[in-house]
Formats: sequence, C-alpha cells, structure tokens
Amino acid sequence: MNPWSSSKETEAGLDSRFRGWRLLGPGLLWTTVFCLLPMAVVLAVSLATRGTYGGVLWEFSLDNYRDLLHPLYGRIFGQSLLLAGVTTGICLALGFPLAYYIARLPPRRQALWLIFIMIPFWTNFLVRTYAWIFILRTEGLLNTVLMQLHLISTPLDLLYSNQAVLLGLVYGYLPFMVLPLYAAIERIDPALIEAAWDLYADRWSLFRRVLIPLTKPGIIAGCVLVFIPSLGAYLTPDLLGGARSMMIGNLIQHEYLVARDWPLGSALSILLMLIVMSSLLWYFTAQVPQTRERGEQ
Amino acid sequence: MRGQGIWLRGISGFGMAFLYLPIIVLVVFSFNASRLSATWQGFSWHWYGVLWHDEALLAAAANSLWVAALSTSLVVLLGVPAAMGLERLRGRGRQALDTIFLLPLVLPEVMMGVALLLFFVMIQWPLSLATVVVGHAAFNLPVVIVMVRARLQKLDPRLEEAASDLGASAWQTFYRVTWPLVRPAVLGAALLAFTVSLDDFIVTFFVAGPGATTLPLRVYSMIKSGLSPEINALSSVLVLASMGLVGLSFVFQRR
Repeated sequence: MNPWSSSKETEAGLDSRFRGWRLLGPGLLWTTVFCLLPMAVVLAVSLATRGTYGGVLWEFSLDNYRDLLHPLYGRIFGQSLLLAGVTTGICLALGFPLAYYIARLPPRRQALWLIFIMIPFWTNFLVRTYAWIFILRTEGLLNTVLMQLHLISTPLDLLYSNQAVLLGLVYGYLPFMVLPLYAAIERIDPALIEAAWDLYADRWSLFRRVLIPLTKPGIIAGCVLVFIPSLGAYLTPDLLGGARSMMIGNLIQHEYLVARDWPLGSALSILLMLIVMSSLLWYFTAQVPQTRERGEQ
Repeated sequence: MRGQGIWLRGISGFGMAFLYLPIIVLVVFSFNASRLSATWQGFSWHWYGVLWHDEALLAAAANSLWVAALSTSLVVLLGVPAAMGLERLRGRGRQALDTIFLLPLVLPEVMMGVALLLFFVMIQWPLSLATVVVGHAAFNLPVVIVMVRARLQKLDPRLEEAASDLGASAWQTFYRVTWPLVRPAVLGAALLAFTVSLDDFIVTFFVAGPGATTLPLRVYSMIKSGLSPEINALSSVLVLASMGLVGLSFVFQRR
C-alpha cells in the first residue's frame, strides 16, 4: 500500500515527480485559463478588425499596429515613457540616500524604518492618490494654508497637470525603489567603505566608485520595479492629470471602454507588454552576470 | 561618515515625511466639522456617522468582503498545492513553470484587466461579481505561491523523509508534518491576498458587471463626482483596515 516502503530508490523519485505534477495541475490550469488564454485572446484580437458597432471582425491584418504609428499615439507613448523615466530618476535620487541611511542604522531601528517604508505600499492606492487631490486642488489644503499665510492671493493651479502626475507616481512607487536598494546596500561590507575613506576618497568618488558598482543589481531592480508600474499607470494620470496628461494605460482604457475599438486597444496593450517584457529581460540579463561574479569570488 | 549625517538624515526625514504627511493629513481632516474640507472648523465624528448610514457604500463594502473572501479561499486552495508541486520539480520544467506562474505579477494591471474583460466577453460569461472573484484569484495566485514557497524552501527535507520512513502515507506526511510547518506562511499569504483583493481597483474596474460595485469602485465614483469629507472618513477607515490586515500578516509570518 505504501509506495515509500518498497524499492524506494527507484520509485521514490518518479513518484514524487508525478505527485509534483498532480499538485501543480489545478493551479496551472487556473493560470492557463485566466491569464495565458486571455493574453492569447488579446494578441488574436489585436490582429483582427473592428466591427461597425464596436465588435470584433475576424479579418486578420496588421492594420492596428500600423495605426499605432499615428503621431497622437506616438505623443502619448513618448509622454508615458518620459513620465515613467523621470519618476524612476526622482525615486532613485530620493530612494538611494534613504536606503543608505536605513542600511546604516542599528538593526532594530532598521526593521522599524523598513516597516514604515512598506506600510504606504500596502495602503489603498486610490486613497493615497485621493490624498494628493485633497492637498493640491484649488480649494485644497496647500492653497488654503498659503492663502491664510498671505503668501499668495489667488489659488495656484497645482492639480490636473503633468507635475501632479509625476508627484503621484513618485509617491506611489518610492517604496519599490527603497526596498531593493536597501537589500543591496545592506550587503556591502562596511570595511570597503572605510577603506575608501582611508584612501582619501571624497563623498562623490565613494559614491561613484564604491557604492554604485557594489549596488548595481539593486539599482537596476529598483529602477525596473518603479518603471514598469509607472509606465502602465492608470489611476494616477486619471485622477491627478489634466486633459493632456493621458498615459498608455488611459489610452488603452479609452479605446476599450469609450471608443469601443477593441482591436486597437489590444494592439496598444501588446505594445505596452512588449516594452515591459524587454525592460524585464534587461533586468534579468543585468542580474545574472552579477551573481555569477559574486559566486566566483 | 559622520560628515554625511546631517544631509543624509535630512533627505531620509524628508522621504518619510513625503510618504506619511498626505496620509496623516487625510486622517486628521476626516474629523473636521466643516463641509469645506480644507479649513479646520473643530473636531467631529460627523462624517463617520454619514459613512455608517450610507447604504450604497455599505452594500459595496459587503461586496468587497465577499469577493476578497472567495478569491482568497480560491487562491489558497490552488496556490498551496502548486507551491508544493513546484518545490518537487527540478530543472527546466520548474523554470518554465515559475515564469508562467509569476507572469500576473509583472503584467501591467491595465493589461490584466483588458485581457480578462476580452476573455469573459469572448466566452460569453456575463460580467458580475463572479468575474471579479475570478479576476482577483488570477492576480493573487502568484502572491500565495511565492510566499508559501519561501517557507517550504526553508524546511528541512529530512522531516518529510523521516515521516515517510516511519511509514506515514503521503497524506499523513502532509497533514501531520508539512502543514503545521507552513501554516503560518499560508495564513500570512491569505491575509495579504485578502488585502490586495480588497484594495484592487483596476482589474475590478474592467471586469465588474453593472451593479457589481466594490468598495474601491465606489470610492472612485465618489472622488469623480465631487469631494466631500465623507471620502476622508472612508479613506481613514480603509487605511486602518489595510494596516491592521498587513500587521496581522506580519505577525503570522514571524511565527
């Protein structure tokens, strides 16, 4: 009855492998049906044609991808890439000192600071974005305070701009930058930093020639983790942005739910996914040699 | 190194203030008596009372809790065996499956939303709360798999071997050895999945049918239709709820 008790050497391996697949089955089926298959549908629809009343006609062509070359879409893609890029840059500039500071604290306080970095990340994104509307809008907190202090006489237009979107994105994704950076900085041997000081390195060369090379995998990880969700952002530009702050996510939503052009919306989604996948690929190729080098040392 | 102290501390303090001030401001002003929400006119519980009597909101909250409970149960039932199965595999098969299982984590949420929307329309499954449950279970499955696997990898394989050497069946080994050891991780993962489901807006936005309003969808339409201090009160409740759930999840994982 018990497969483990007899001829264990030969059967145990096969048996455990078989059971492995049986355990995996339901989960694999679920992911296939509700993730892989839907993506295949998006790919198929991106090659189809829009019906007269918004449905999908199965006439295959690459027209939707050709339509993506339209300057309007180019502008929105360019703007999204720019906003996501600048967000990543600001997060890195703010996140690196923060991560460095945390990594040099005594262990107990490190844990505390890390929890405080993670709490906003687990707080409802909609609520966090709303907080900025509350602060930035014309009758908002910032304008009210500035007017009461007589620093300004008319309220400033802060909300519904690209700057507000940028602020919202940095706010939303800063924790994604700090955590991998912390993990990378924490691993540096403090003796290396002391050695740099002993050899008369100034702060800039310490940063450029010791910290950056040693934390490169963490920097790349943080940048990819911030860049990907920023690029696909929907809520932030929708709530904080103005009419001209549309990003790819909003464009996709518009094509699907407003213009009802599913094939074009699908082509846009596929393009977004390709950008995301290539930045991930870059991330993995950059990570692998780093770990190998470390393994050889 | 001491020379860096001041400006490092300055930037770090600024970073923390940047992360927390908006949330604090939001919570403080939820107690504001004024209807013009940005000037302080005295302390009041008024807006929490308004929340409590907002029928549409309470219905949305009930929907959210149902969706979170059902989708979390689903991902635990699917994810725990899948994590164990992945741990048993070796070589290329495991790598390929890893990639497939983790895919929903790296996909842009908008992409996940439209893909599921298209799929449901194609198979003619009418959009409803049920499609929301399925959608949430699709993006939460990797959360459970990753967290349970992290725990499984730390287990001593000799424990399971010893159990089977002593004549335990596969099921007995699982029930009496493996399960007690991974249970804290499963509880932690379930709480996180529950929180993520409760907070999700984008996928829900695409796959919720008419009338299937969840709490984030309700908050969104409240924000879009004009601000009121009631949203501040609601936000404070949500902030508190996610913090509580995540705190609990940490406690379970520590054990």
